[in-house]
Amino acid sequence: MADQTLPIAGSLDVTPQRLSRAQVLEWLHGWVVTVDHKRLGILYVVYGIIFLLVAGAEAMAIRIQLAWPGMHFLSPELYNEMFTMHGTTMVFLVGMTILFGFANYLVPLMIGARDMAFPRLNAFSFWMTAFGGLLIYYSFIGGFGLYGMGAAPDVGWWAYAPLTARAFSPGHATDYWALALIVAGFGTLGTAINIIATALSMRCRGMSLLRMPLFVWLMLVTSALTLITITPLTAAQIMLLIDRYLGGHFFDTQAGGSAVVWMHFFWIFGHPEVYVLVMPAFGIANEIIPVFSRKAIFGYPAMVAASVGIAFVSMGVWAHHMFTVGMTSVGNAFFVLSTMLVGIPTGIKIFNWVATIWGGKIRFATPMLFCLGFLFQFLIAGLTGIMLSVAPWNWQLHNSYFVIAHFHYVLVGAIVFNIFAGIYYWYPKVTGRMLSETLGKWHFWLFLIGFHITFDTMHFVGFLGMPRSIYTYEPDRGWNHLNFIISIGGMIQGIAVLIFAWNLVQSYFRGRKAGNDPWDAWTLEWSTPSPPPAYNFATDPVVHSRRPLWDLKHPEDPDWKYEA
Amino acid sequence: MSAIPISPVAEPWRLPSRGRVAMLALITGESAIFTIFVVAYIFYIGKSLTGPTPLQVLDIPWFNTICLLSSSVSILIAERQIERGKMRGFMMWWALTIALGMIFIGGTAVEWHKLIYVDGLTIRTNLFGTTFYSLVGLHATHVVVGLIGLSLILIFTLTGHVKEQHSERIQVFALYWHFVDAVWVVVFTVVYIVGR
Amino acid sequence: MAGVSRPSSPTPRVSDLSRKSITGSLARKQMQSRMREHGARAIRLVSLPLLCFAAVSAAPIAWADGPQSSPSIFAPASTPASSIQDLSWFVLAITGGIFVTVGGLLAWAIFRYRARKTDDDSEPAQIYGSTQVELAWTVIPILIVVVLFLTTARIIFAIQDAPKPQVALDVTVVGHQFWWEFRYPKLGIVTANELHVPVSSALEPRPTFLHLLSADVDHSFWVPQLAGKTDLIPNHPNDMWIDPRHTGLYVGQCAQFCGVEHAKMLLRVYVDTPEEFDTWVKQQRQPGMQDSSVAAGRHIFETEACTNCHTIAGTAATGTFGPNLTHLESRATIAAGAALNTTENLHAWIQDPDHFKPGALMPAMQLSGEQIDELVAYLTTLH
Repeated sequence: MADQTLPIAGSLDVTPQRLSRAQVLEWLHGWVVTVDHKRLGILYVVYGIIFLLVAGAEAMAIRIQLAWPGMHFLSPELYNEMFTMHGTTMVFLVGMTILFGFANYLVPLMIGARDMAFPRLNAFSFWMTAFGGLLIYYSFIGGFGLYGMGAAPDVGWWAYAPLTARAFSPGHATDYWALALIVAGFGTLGTAINIIATALSMRCRGMSLLRMPLFVWLMLVTSALTLITITPLTAAQIMLLIDRYLGGHFFDTQAGGSAVVWMHFFWIFGHPEVYVLVMPAFGIANEIIPVFSRKAIFGYPAMVAASVGIAFVSMGVWAHHMFTVGMTSVGNAFFVLSTMLVGIPTGIKIFNWVATIWGGKIRFATPMLFCLGFLFQFLIAGLTGIMLSVAPWNWQLHNSYFVIAHFHYVLVGAIVFNIFAGIYYWYPKVTGRMLSETLGKWHFWLFLIGFHITFDTMHFVGFLGMPRSIYTYEPDRGWNHLNFIISIGGMIQGIAVLIFAWNLVQSYFRGRKAGNDPWDAWTLEWSTPSPPPAYNFATDPVVHSRRPLWDLKHPEDPDWKYEA
Repeated sequence: MSAIPISPVAEPWRLPSRGRVAMLALITGESAIFTIFVVAYIFYIGKSLTGPTPLQVLDIPWFNTICLLSSSVSILIAERQIERGKMRGFMMWWALTIALGMIFIGGTAVEWHKLIYVDGLTIRTNLFGTTFYSLVGLHATHVVVGLIGLSLILIFTLTGHVKEQHSERIQVFALYWHFVDAVWVVVFTVVYIVGR
Repeated sequence: MAGVSRPSSPTPRVSDLSRKSITGSLARKQMQSRMREHGARAIRLVSLPLLCFAAVSAAPIAWADGPQSSPSIFAPASTPASSIQDLSWFVLAITGGIFVTVGGLLAWAIFRYRARKTDDDSEPAQIYGSTQVELAWTVIPILIVVVLFLTTARIIFAIQDAPKPQVALDVTVVGHQFWWEFRYPKLGIVTANELHVPVSSALEPRPTFLHLLSADVDHSFWVPQLAGKTDLIPNHPNDMWIDPRHTGLYVGQCAQFCGVEHAKMLLRVYVDTPEEFDTWVKQQRQPGMQDSSVAAGRHIFETEACTNCHTIAGTAATGTFGPNLTHLESRATIAAGAALNTTENLHAWIQDPDHFKPGALMPAMQLSGEQIDELVAYLTTLH
């Protein structure tokens, strides 16, 4: 039938009324073979959010088991699998994926590039990471396990030797852990190389390194750190597999091998890893806080220097996870000093954020609410970190719930809060629609309240002597009610995250149309349509300052007149 | 959508080549992996509870080492050749690099054969065996990967796909080969000089 | 699929704003007014989380069940633990001060610089940085770090490098999956899971020095009221010391994940008066009780493979894989604290160790009910 709205009269309109199977398959195929950094970024983030829900369910199971002493909700074997998988999933399949997903989407847009430096490597890296995640979860049903509870890893996410030796962990649980993370690690390495090459070699004209958005700076520093952070873990895991399958003795204490060597190698990875996770979160805050305070970031060069400083110093603090292992007093003292020193550039960042807000006009949209929560919580997390760096006090607090409280303050209170902030901030750019502010506020307040109920209380149950990694506890040690409160807080957080997931889905179909620049922001990604076309920029941008859109919006008062 | 105007900019906009940056990043990551294996090797020197010691069974592989390090020279010459468009010369020196690399691998195989069947040293014999085979094996694996890449490039050159304008990419790949040789200098020193 | 559009709301939608010039003052005003409403609500609600935080901070102290039974790090009964507590108060004071200062500034900034309805749509003054300010807030933290580090280092050396006096009691602790072996080498005593040490005092110091070993995987000895924890790592002996100043029972547990039953590797440390300790030592040095009325049970013990793992001094049983049972009845608990030491529990444990501790390494010995009764009758004579 002729369609009257078409400009050419008499032409046929053969658009099918409903999606055909072929169209759906074509759409799926497009997503599987894509090398577009935007699509890969979305794939990373969606993958990460799915595993956030899975690992969150694992956390809920843990908290139900611990809500009261003597619970039989989880068997000891299953409990040990739960906390191992919760930690491993959250670090590798949620944190790394979502944050590198953000980088994938945003870095080319922010530097005015058409795509990442190596789009095919980008796709390869994503699918390696994705496969690693599926491999480790396959362990629940595949392989021969200890005690017949499936073979999911159950040795803690830190997998200390010699518990991971064949003698003490028969079955395949440890193998799944090592292999899946080696595979995922190659993916991470590929993405890190890609981000470095993109940030250094693909910037648009005029964007010197000191004019890059701070998010790009932090992803550059993070990626450089990743190169020498993930690789020690890969090396150690190869050694572990050599021990388990080729009869090697790297960590075989009966043959003269050393369990402490595993600890050193693991934490040489493990400590910088938490900076790999937190620095992209800083990057997100660096973009959101200025926009919602209506001021440029205070002290851009200092922020860059502090980030680089953190990356360097973070490589020298790892043994603060090993204060109880029996290092010499001089060795312990060294790591006390290095750990305290890493707090200095971190503190400088906090002060710069406060100075950014100072004198501004703060708008309390959902992204900013999450960033403000981040600021308070990261301050507290840094201070409990200082407490933990005091080695004698660490001899009490190590492996207690105080440590769990501290690192959840960082991982959830700082990183997850910033991830939420970033999603609320950039969702309009990615989808062309705004997330619901009402649901966003519900999400924020419920999550904040639940977070504090759980993790504030957790500090105290640590002070009262409760160690970690225990599937139940003695009823006469004064920990009962505190654990119950902690579990309630966990449930509240779970509800908040479900509201968030619902917000993501329903806003995609019914959210308000966003336009290019709903937040009145200043970096290049806001100059494209929402969502951006496949080629990002119709013409290569040229910039003259750190805030190209500010210059455009304020031609009488552009940044390049004032920037150092 | 507001287009950002192109201003008349006089000075050229130079950025580093992305291939070079990526290869250097890869080398950085690989160096970290090797560092961990080297640290383990050094830590476990003299700590084996049993079995043959390095001094008893290791012969210093002078010939192998000279071959491998010479291959860095030959690949460098090949890089210069293709820069100047001398494709025949490039192919010859490239093939020589592969030959030298293969001699190295062959020599390693001979050495390992002797260690396993004559001296009874395997990866499970003692700490020395574990760390030796792991470290030297990791390096040999990287050499093999390099040889595969070198061979592929040789094949592409023979079929006429590699031309003078690819000299930059050839240099980027050669960086990897130079890295493998540099690692051998470290491994050689730690295993055959310091550890013996 | 055509999307269903929602009815437009009275306030301008963001999509309207995007069609106007992005520098349009009208656009910004409309956007800001909506943000300001949210801001005002946010301020009214900001008191809520602060109240929550205060309540949650106070709650644990009120809700903790019985402070005297909590192995709290803030209830030290021994020198290393009390030095640590003193240091921790100092650190808390400094970090508390930093929190109040920085957190206070942040809270003030959020309150004072919130966007208000009465604001015009101009942007605030753009301040890009200040070298003096950056220097100031770099130098002050460095000074704080120096103070903290020096204070900390002093305590590290005081505890770790403390010399061992002649009168110190030596105990060798061997960690197993999932129980503790205690040997007193100079006294010829071997026991399990429950440690007895003499009380010490400033006038008559009598610290206990623990030498820590492991028979299998990593463990960690943690009795919070007595000292910080130190790990037991195979092939890596460690040493620690305690100097208990108050008699009593102090509880703890393994603090390094060591496998399935890590949670049930509990510790009981009895700090005895000198007389109590001497009595205990004398009793422990005796060989196992030889009560002829329970000879049947003893016979079962010696013939049903119990001797493969357990030792009872004075009998043919010299196994070392499991706890020494010579003075089983001198202990308040069995299975490293997993159950109280009663006849019923002993019976249940021997019948099926998985009942109390699923995954414990003691196998069920497949004995009949009568055999276990006789065995338990024997074991309960081992005072």
